Amino acid sequence: MSGTEGGIVQFDNVGLRYGTDREVLSDISFTLHPGSFYFLTGASGAGKTSLLRLLYLAQRPSRGMIRMFGTDVITLPRRALPEYRRRLGTVFQDFRLVSHLSAFDNVALPLRVSGVPESGIRKAVADMLEWVGLAHRADARPPTLSGGEQQRVAIARAVIARPEVLVADEPTGNVDPDMALKLLRLFQALNRLGTTVVVATHDVHLLKKVPDSLIMRLDKGRLSDPTGALRYPPRPAARSAEERA
Amino acid sequence: MASLSPIRRKQTRFGGGRGGLLQQARLTGPMPWVIAIMVALTVMAAAAGLALDNLADNARAEISGGLTVQVVEGGPAERERQAEVAVALLTNREDIAEVRRVPDAELAALIDPWLGEAAGAGDEAIPIPALIDVRFRGPVTDRRLVELRDALLASVPSARIDAQAGWLAPVFQAIASLQWLAVGLVVLLAATSAAAVWLAARSALGSNRDTIEIVHLLGGTDRQIARLFERSIAVDAVIGGAVGLLLGAGAVILLGRQFAALGSGMVAGGGLDLADWLAVGAIPLAAVAIAMLTARLTVLGALRRML
Ligand SMILES: Nc1ncnc2c1ncn2[C@@H]1O[C@H](COP(=O)(O)OP(=O)(O)O)[C@@H](O)[C@H]1O
Ligand SMILES: [Mg+2]
Repeated sequence: MSGTEGGIVQFDNVGLRYGTDREVLSDISFTLHPGSFYFLTGASGAGKTSLLRLLYLAQRPSRGMIRMFGTDVITLPRRALPEYRRRLGTVFQDFRLVSHLSAFDNVALPLRVSGVPESGIRKAVADMLEWVGLAHRADARPPTLSGGEQQRVAIARAVIARPEVLVADEPTGNVDPDMALKLLRLFQALNRLGTTVVVATHDVHLLKKVPDSLIMRLDKGRLSDPTGALRYPPRPAARSAEERA
Repeated sequence: MASLSPIRRKQTRFGGGRGGLLQQARLTGPMPWVIAIMVALTVMAAAAGLALDNLADNARAEISGGLTVQVVEGGPAERERQAEVAVALLTNREDIAEVRRVPDAELAALIDPWLGEAAGAGDEAIPIPALIDVRFRGPVTDRRLVELRDALLASVPSARIDAQAGWLAPVFQAIASLQWLAVGLVVLLAATSAAAVWLAARSALGSNRDTIEIVHLLGGTDRQIARLFERSIAVDAVIGGAVGLLLGAGAVILLGRQFAALGSGMVAGGGLDLADWLAVGAIPLAAVAIAMLTARLTVLGALRRML
């Protein structure tokens, strides 16, 4: 992986405002290292989703610099962005499933977008649905699924293409604790295969479930530890106090 | 664009099969019919324009440099004599390419429908003038006409000369106006079709906005997404175009038969040849192209508003 010595993702003094309002994100600087597992925590409204939107290339920041995969993605022309989006997997907070497509076709979507032959799709998607416990719902359309089921389809879709970076916005918000744990295990399995994982959650109990994870805390649009511990988290030392507690 | 070819190959599968990625991207409801009607009207207007063009060309070729000499004389013997003198005189002139006495039988046949069979029979028949078709070398000008008339009247006192182009000039003007009208209609119909397709593409876009945004965020390229729309709208445009072509061409053929049945030499020159039919056949193809282009531009425009 060339050009990512400084991290697979690098934010430097990033600020974001919607329209002419005050900034919802200010002075955001951090580096994500390849193969690490990050939690992004913070109260509701702290700016987690906004930060992730920058990360999954749905939004340009108002200021600052963002490098991904060794490339400055801010100055990149928009026609160059799809290639970068395909290297990401995203679980959107509101799932964003295509409502008239079956669970199967929703999960298959990233593979089809990047041109994987249909022969290579069938089994991969079936296996993935099996893994999230939805094999029996493969033909169901999202509106007929429960919130938790929809969330699992969204997760299956995010990880099906083996992304280099997985970005998940409150991915366990709608499932029971057992399923939450199971989904976290899926993320961990993916993480062990080399995927960098970023999970936004306001659920502090989740943090303890992933021992080697690193924690970034957002507070009113700012990373709460600007001294640098979170900025360049050294591997074990970065565990936050609340996790050890 | 060549560098995109592998992506394009992939896209055949993407969104294809199984119900399709887009919902209601098809031109639902009356849209295929609107396109069909537009194409039918365009086909008829274009066919009319082309037929008028052929008709004008034919007539022009036939009468350019042409004039008619009539010998209007009551007594058949005297008429015959003067006609023979006129033919001889005309045939000897350097500036005249062709002289043809229209046989009396042919004249009678021309006049029959107007005057009835009996008209030409017997001595009391209505006198028919002797008719001589003359073709000048080069165009008929007033000066040449006057000069010829003087020369002719000296020995053929009952001669009357008409330049064919002269009395046809208003007809040509009318034909030209009709042709412009046809061109105007074709342009207006094309613009209306494009507008209809544009509206349909926009409403299809509206009902698929979520899907577009999702595919966009999953790394779908603008081109991929636009192609989905192009393809589904092309299907409807092809259906509409084919139906429209059938309707329009059917009407044109039917009208053509009726005009041909009139048996008038003038209108018979207004048929469509192969090239004309090819041009008419290209109209639905143009409609499909307009539909696809509009769909693509609409979608690309909407996508450019996303990062
Ligand atoms: N599209 C938007 N337009 C304007 N303000 C927004 C938009 N999205 C989020 N915000 C505001 O930005 C702030 C952070 O929101 P968000 O990133 O969703 O936080 P979180 O995900 O941590 O709950 C909130 O004050 C919210 O109202
Ligand atoms: Mg949020």
